[in-house]
Amino acid sequence: MTVMEQRGAYRPSPPPAWQPRMDPAPLLPDAEPYRVLGTEAAAKADPDLLRRLHAQLVRGRRYNTQATALTKQGRLAVYPSSTGQEACEVAAALALEERDWLFPSYRDTLAVVARGVDPVEALTLLRGDWHTGYDPHAHRVAPLSTPLATQLPHAVGLAHAARLKGDDVVALAMVGDGGTSEGDFHEALNFAAVWQAPVVFLVQNNGFAISVPLAKQTAAPSLAHKAVGYGMPGRLVDGNDAAAMHEVLSDAVRRARTGGGPTLVEAVTYRIEAHTNADDATRYRGDAEVEAWRAHDPIQLLERELTARGQLDEAAIEAARQDAEAMAADLRERMNRDPELNPMDLFDHVYAETTAQLREQRALLRAELEAGQDDKEGDLR
Amino acid sequence: MTTVAVKPATMAQALTRAMRDAMAADPTVHVMGEDVGTLGGVFRVTDGLAKQFGEDRCTDTPLAEAGILGAAVGMAMYGLRPVVEMQFDAFAYPAFEQLISHVSRMRNRTRGRMPLPITVRVPYGGGIGGVEHHSDSSEAYYMATPGLHVVTPATVADAYGLLRQAIASDDPVVFLEPKRLYWSKDSWNPEHPTDVEPIGRAVVRRPGSSATLLTYGPSVPVCLEAAEAARAEGWDLEVVDLRSLVPFDDETVCAAVRRTGRAVVVHESTGFGGPGGEIAARITERCFHHLEAPVLRVAGFDIPYPPPMLERHHLPGVDRILDAVARLQWEAEG
Repeated sequence: MTVMEQRGAYRPSPPPAWQPRMDPAPLLPDAEPYRVLGTEAAAKADPDLLRRLHAQLVRGRRYNTQATALTKQGRLAVYPSSTGQEACEVAAALALEERDWLFPSYRDTLAVVARGVDPVEALTLLRGDWHTGYDPHAHRVAPLSTPLATQLPHAVGLAHAARLKGDDVVALAMVGDGGTSEGDFHEALNFAAVWQAPVVFLVQNNGFAISVPLAKQTAAPSLAHKAVGYGMPGRLVDGNDAAAMHEVLSDAVRRARTGGGPTLVEAVTYRIEAHTNADDATRYRGDAEVEAWRAHDPIQLLERELTARGQLDEAAIEAARQDAEAMAADLRERMNRDPELNPMDLFDHVYAETTAQLREQRALLRAELEAGQDDKEGDLR
Repeated sequence: MTTVAVKPATMAQALTRAMRDAMAADPTVHVMGEDVGTLGGVFRVTDGLAKQFGEDRCTDTPLAEAGILGAAVGMAMYGLRPVVEMQFDAFAYPAFEQLISHVSRMRNRTRGRMPLPITVRVPYGGGIGGVEHHSDSSEAYYMATPGLHVVTPATVADAYGLLRQAIASDDPVVFLEPKRLYWSKDSWNPEHPTDVEPIGRAVVRRPGSSATLLTYGPSVPVCLEAAEAARAEGWDLEVVDLRSLVPFDDETVCAAVRRTGRAVVVHESTGFGGPGGEIAARITERCFHHLEAPVLRVAGFDIPYPPPMLERHHLPGVDRILDAVARLQWEAEG
């Protein structure tokens, strides 16, 4: 037998360990952001739900403008506005059941409030009288997370723990487009998929990470496409379409709750305001772009749809506005009171039991404060 | 249950036993990490746990330390008590952000509403011939982070007792396991593990009157050996095992130093910015008038951890400790 004949007997085969794991096609997001408002799908939407969403959007917008005003009055240290992104915020809160958990990032105060947290307690972090002002267990809302994407693995762990306990609890975690570049985003999505944890990841792609546009953040076809690499479905949605957002998030929540595993949802939206009141957006983007997005305003989109269908009249719009004004007035009034500060609190809750060292340091601060009172007794309120 | 007589056990066995007993006593205790399940950990410290309690209780995670600790945070939020294994000291660094930004301060951020009872087990230190990134003494990083307990056993009984305490603690505990002591043996009855001092207390391992060696973890046996050797020089050295770097037991340490008037802090970690500087400062602030000599430090050199064939030059040994003791201004006494 010649060498060539011997070679002819050899049949190439794939490496022994390789086998196809899943068909990626069903995981792929739509080519364009999913929309409901202005399409035929809107006819099938529940008008009561849409009206509820509308009232919450109006309330959310007012909360944003009121909180921004409070920064100018020195009542808030800083406020990252979510104006323009209210549909994402409200839909995230409304897609969840009471027993579910929300994991917000620092721009998600609206979602926190829509979930039922007291509007003033939700601002404690940004006022600066403490870090987390609300009880996370009371409304099942994790602390607002400032370190980007670090809250995502928490959501995975909590959802995993709930599943291990046999509870049908879902965790919804919120992150921005910039946050998707962080390692924690990757690790969280990977863990979630491997564990089939009941988690929904909501990425609000608002175009900018402070000043850096998406093109400098990622070369992926879309952020939703990232899901495919982890083995979970990615959904691409119009983030200013409250009806679409609510539908997609509710589907993902239902899927997670019934054992279907995690979903990544990319909401395409826009940050109308600067990053925070301390930012100057004119340094990195033009008015034309902002105006184009103003024309795609989440409140206007929903209002037009509902009024065109005769499902929302002027009186209902006015009622929503008045409700929002009342909320803003209450927020203003309560935020204008000085928060009660007790410097001794600094040493509490560092450990379950205050250590000897911290007891010494507390005594030192107490002595300083008492001495200070003697020094300028007349100045004290 | 079978009765086991008192017989030599290794530190690794005591650690395994601690986790097994904790898991049996409390269904919320979950062990997780890289290779901790089927394999039983690269040091076999979690050996048999997955088999006994199932993979949901002892879980092989994806290879991602931030993800492991981050997931543990969420699990703790939901009422579980995760025991996380970081495979090696230097492999724990990716989890630093979770540890510092969340684990250490969640209780404080939430005014005590969201404590995180997480134990982070970290095999640490050198002396086992590990190639680079396998022998770091990372305790100073953890000590510098308020909200964490930092604990390290040096005996078989402490390995069991301190780990049980760490798992039962409502605070996060960084549990540093001196990997070169994993196979050290001691008479220890796993059926009747004796109670040990609580986290936060140091223990005098060897009483002495000439000077006090303050040490912890892998350096405790080295100091005990040095104390034996010192007898030939006429020194009766006291050895204090700190056990808990945070909270720090100023009381026991100061009482010891006031007795002897001389102190040397011994650890593998680098000297500059290492735990010894803090300890020496605390002693000086509190015991200055009792001191016959400056507090000295015997530490690892201020270098990246050396390759295995050179590590013996780096690690504090008996000779370096005795040289330090000799520099404690004895001549001034006479």
